[in-house]
Amino acid sequence: MTIRGLSKSFGDAVVYDDFDLRLPLGKIISFFGPNGCGKSTLINLIAGLIAPDSGEALFDGRTIREITIGYVFQNYRDALFPWKRAIDNIRYPLELLGKSRAERDRRAEALIASFDVKFDLHRYPYELSGGQQQLVSIMRALAPEPDVLFLDEPFSALDYEMTLFIRDKLQEIFRATGVTMILVSHDLEEAVYLSDLVVLLTKRPTRVAEIVAFEAPRPRNTATLSTADFVAVKAHCLDVFQREVRR
Amino acid sequence: MSALSAVRARLARKTRSSSGRLRVALIGPVALLLLWWLAFEAQWISYKLMPSPWATLRTLGESFAGGPLAADFLSTLLRTIYAFCIAAALGIPLGIMLGASRQLYTSVEFLVDFFRSTPATAMFPLFLLIFGIGDLAKIAVAAFGAWLVIFFNVAYGVMNARQTRILAARVMGATPGRVFRDVMFYESLPQTFVGLRLGVSYALVVIIVAEMFIGSSDGLGRRIIDSQIVYDLQQMYATILAAGAMGYGCNLLFLGLERWLVHWSGR
Repeated sequence: MTIRGLSKSFGDAVVYDDFDLRLPLGKIISFFGPNGCGKSTLINLIAGLIAPDSGEALFDGRTIREITIGYVFQNYRDALFPWKRAIDNIRYPLELLGKSRAERDRRAEALIASFDVKFDLHRYPYELSGGQQQLVSIMRALAPEPDVLFLDEPFSALDYEMTLFIRDKLQEIFRATGVTMILVSHDLEEAVYLSDLVVLLTKRPTRVAEIVAFEAPRPRNTATLSTADFVAVKAHCLDVFQREVRR
Repeated sequence: MSALSAVRARLARKTRSSSGRLRVALIGPVALLLLWWLAFEAQWISYKLMPSPWATLRTLGESFAGGPLAADFLSTLLRTIYAFCIAAALGIPLGIMLGASRQLYTSVEFLVDFFRSTPATAMFPLFLLIFGIGDLAKIAVAAFGAWLVIFFNVAYGVMNARQTRILAARVMGATPGRVFRDVMFYESLPQTFVGLRLGVSYALVVIIVAEMFIGSSDGLGRRIIDSQIVYDLQQMYATILAAGAMGYGCNLLFLGLERWLVHWSGR
């Protein structure tokens, strides 16, 4: 993935100015940085949700319009369609792609099986718990078998139990499909735990402070959190982060 | 506000058994009836201004069953339905169109706000000039008033569609047309129903007033004025109650429709 000459300002606030970044595909990559540095703005720019003033993001030479993406919003309540049942929310992106009913059902069944869903997907989103709703959002994002999955602070509105569960689900999906995941996180431990690469950002105008690799084998579990490697990587990230915050 | 009250009603239904709730809900109406009766019996208010509640209810029942009140009720209801249907048929599509483009809406915002604040009854003479004395003028002026209310609420609902949902559809590859049909339309429905409910109430108010003052030979408004002129107080009160029942019934109907069709509203 190549980001070239990306610029974006909101009024007088320059968030990105001629921003360059190259990252490998097929990894879990998280963005971490000081408050207001534009982590979410960055993935929204990459995902094409907001238009950059200039610059572009390419995936193996293809633009965002030429690849299939999935996007999981922070606020699942506002992102799901409450007039559709959970299962129809999951099928919706397939409908947009013009898939036949049989294909849509098959894909939804496969997703339900792989997520080992225990609750009734024929309910409406507002009848589900927060965690269940976010799970539905993730399944919806994965339904079209995206090349890249964007996740904007997907855990921030969930309780801890659900966070752990969904983290593990994401790892499972990653191991099974190898889909590139781009994650915005405000929790350093979570960012390091999940990622192959943590992109540490500076204050505005935002630059890359450092790209830190964490190569612990998968599946990672709670034991991973106490390995020397994890502790060292996290401590290093924290150092860089604090240096950038103070700057 | 309506979503809130719907939620409250739903909560209340959950926490109390329905028969228990009914019993509590009856306290107010029964108390009012008793107070009315007491006021009548003790002559707190002259019987020249207020008849006995029982006589009034009897008159209501008799003239409804006997025909004349029922016929007037039906004419008023029909006029209100015509006015409402015209208002909805014009207001909904236009509201969606203007709500979809903020610029377009801004360009007519002043006009909408101005005419929304103008009492429709002030337009009676104008509508009389245009449509002549008859049902058409009454229906037209009520439709005009209700149309603005419906139009405004629909446009507002479309404009305030949740941005995240629109983005979610767009990122899944929805064309602008699909975003409109699959997201904005549904997003606007709760507010649309607020508009429809307000619109039908407004249409009823205007129709009743129009029946009173724009030469009409039937309708509840006519009946109220007639019974006042001949000083048939029981008939007048009974007709007022019938008009109230119609308004309440319309409101209830739309609340029910809303709860059924827009089940996600306020959740």
